[in-house]
Amino acid sequence: MLKAYIHSYNLITPLGLSVSENWQAVISGKSGIQQQHIPNVLPDPFFAAIIDEQKSGTDFPSEIITKLEKMLYLALLPVVKADPVQGRSLLILSSTKGNIELLEQHRVQEAHLSVLANKIAHFFGIKDALVVSNACVSGVMAVGTAKRLIQMEEIDSAYVIAGDVLTAFVVSGFQSFQALSDGVCRPYDRDRNGINIGEGAAACFISAEKENAVFEILGDANINDANHISGPSRTGEGLHRSIESAIAEAQIDRREIDFVSLHGTATLYNDEMEAIAMNRSQLQDIPCNSMKAYYGHTLGASGLIELILSMESAKKGTLIPSKGFENTGTTQEINVIRKAEEKQIDLILKTASGFGGSNSALILKKCTI
Amino acid sequence: MEYFIHTYCHIKENTISVNGEPFFASAALTVPEFLKEAYQKLAISYPKFHKMDKMSKLALISSEITLKGVENGENVALVFSNCAASLDTDINYQESISLPDNYYPSPAVFVYTLPNICVGEVSIRHGLNTENAFFVSAGFDADKINAYTEYLLQSGKAEKVLVGWLEVLENNYECFMYLVDTKGSIPYSKQQIITIYNR
Repeated sequence: MLKAYIHSYNLITPLGLSVSENWQAVISGKSGIQQQHIPNVLPDPFFAAIIDEQKSGTDFPSEIITKLEKMLYLALLPVVKADPVQGRSLLILSSTKGNIELLEQHRVQEAHLSVLANKIAHFFGIKDALVVSNACVSGVMAVGTAKRLIQMEEIDSAYVIAGDVLTAFVVSGFQSFQALSDGVCRPYDRDRNGINIGEGAAACFISAEKENAVFEILGDANINDANHISGPSRTGEGLHRSIESAIAEAQIDRREIDFVSLHGTATLYNDEMEAIAMNRSQLQDIPCNSMKAYYGHTLGASGLIELILSMESAKKGTLIPSKGFENTGTTQEINVIRKAEEKQIDLILKTASGFGGSNSALILKKCTI
Repeated sequence: MEYFIHTYCHIKENTISVNGEPFFASAALTVPEFLKEAYQKLAISYPKFHKMDKMSKLALISSEITLKGVENGENVALVFSNCAASLDTDINYQESISLPDNYYPSPAVFVYTLPNICVGEVSIRHGLNTENAFFVSAGFDADKINAYTEYLLQSGKAEKVLVGWLEVLENNYECFMYLVDTKGSIPYSKQQIITIYNR
């Protein structure tokens, strides 16, 4: 089978409208999460990370209308510039809810995810589109899907875009689960008490071409817990198996993994499950983090945002601290990164877990020039 | 390795057919009523069924038929897709938060506002700790679904693949599901899938 490589990428988040702005913000410890008073979204104040629409300062094409469309457009624009559309290329959109706020006006047809994906694809001259909507693992799975379709020679390249926005729909839902934190979230910490919702978008270009690539995708897996639709497995079954499957495909010694970018939503059960899975896979000593205290949980965007920051981390040779972590809060220890440290990073493991019992693992290797 | 379509099933317009043969027909007037009758026809006891949304019910019924004879714990990957994602349940959930004096967001409804929940439901029912994915496309995308299926088989990540197209939106529904296996009588190919889908 062919191999798949990651080329250019971009980030649009509350912490910045480029990768470098995001890197600067994260490495200086900034968080995009603030207390919000938006009665249309939730009657009471809540903590979330929101993009200030005024900040973009761009004139958008007339067909780019909703906030999410603008974010996806801004995310993809420099990527298409760096890696122009050619050959059999596919747009892969990762999103959980897309333009769901259009349902408030009963615009059901326009709220379809495929309509959003086709609109963005059409605008950039990409002839085909596919959506990955697999809850919170979507962003990681979208990258894995690009890899798999390239390996099968179904496509030559893919533009993976990921995005979700903060809406009354999503915030009220997580509130109904009593899953929202009463402050900035604290992944893996003993005092963690839930998630913050965030919004963001990301884009990257993946192709079979090795020239000018920055990372190779060595392995990926998406294995279900088969346990519960809204709670993680207590044994970390699906995540453990996903990690094992990805490692087996990558044909690496697990001790060579330099850094693990975990999901770390800061709910009691998710973080505990991840610590168990990491120990079952004997990865407990490898430096790991969660980026949720910088960005909140950006749902379908989170996996790709975190993957891109992990690649930046490897490029810079600097580990990103797991913001919000002070005291061990899981029954099994994992090596949560406390401060920005220099480290040679060549092999990255990225994981995600979500509703529906879904889990994903992806292994990246830095390309040597 | 040679692969076959072991079993396939169509569910639409109040009827279920298996391998092209009629299996069940109903005179039900609503989608939920039809799904309930279809569940009764299967003669299984799975009380969780009644808590599910329409798409998960459709996935449960069609997988019960197509996975017949497959043991719990077998490495059967699930590759489901549709066009409307979870919009059918999204519309219900949106109604529950639209009016300030009639505001009742429910976690039991909210959880089904993700299309891949039906993949989780089938995984739980059949004990499948296996590869799973949910894709959304304007129509059944035989090209990419076929490439993804073949990837799972060729890479050894799955021994069998259960593929489902599960479309549910308000009063409309359609399900097409098939099991790709090393056993069976219909040789597996993309063209064969397209032919069967259009039956």
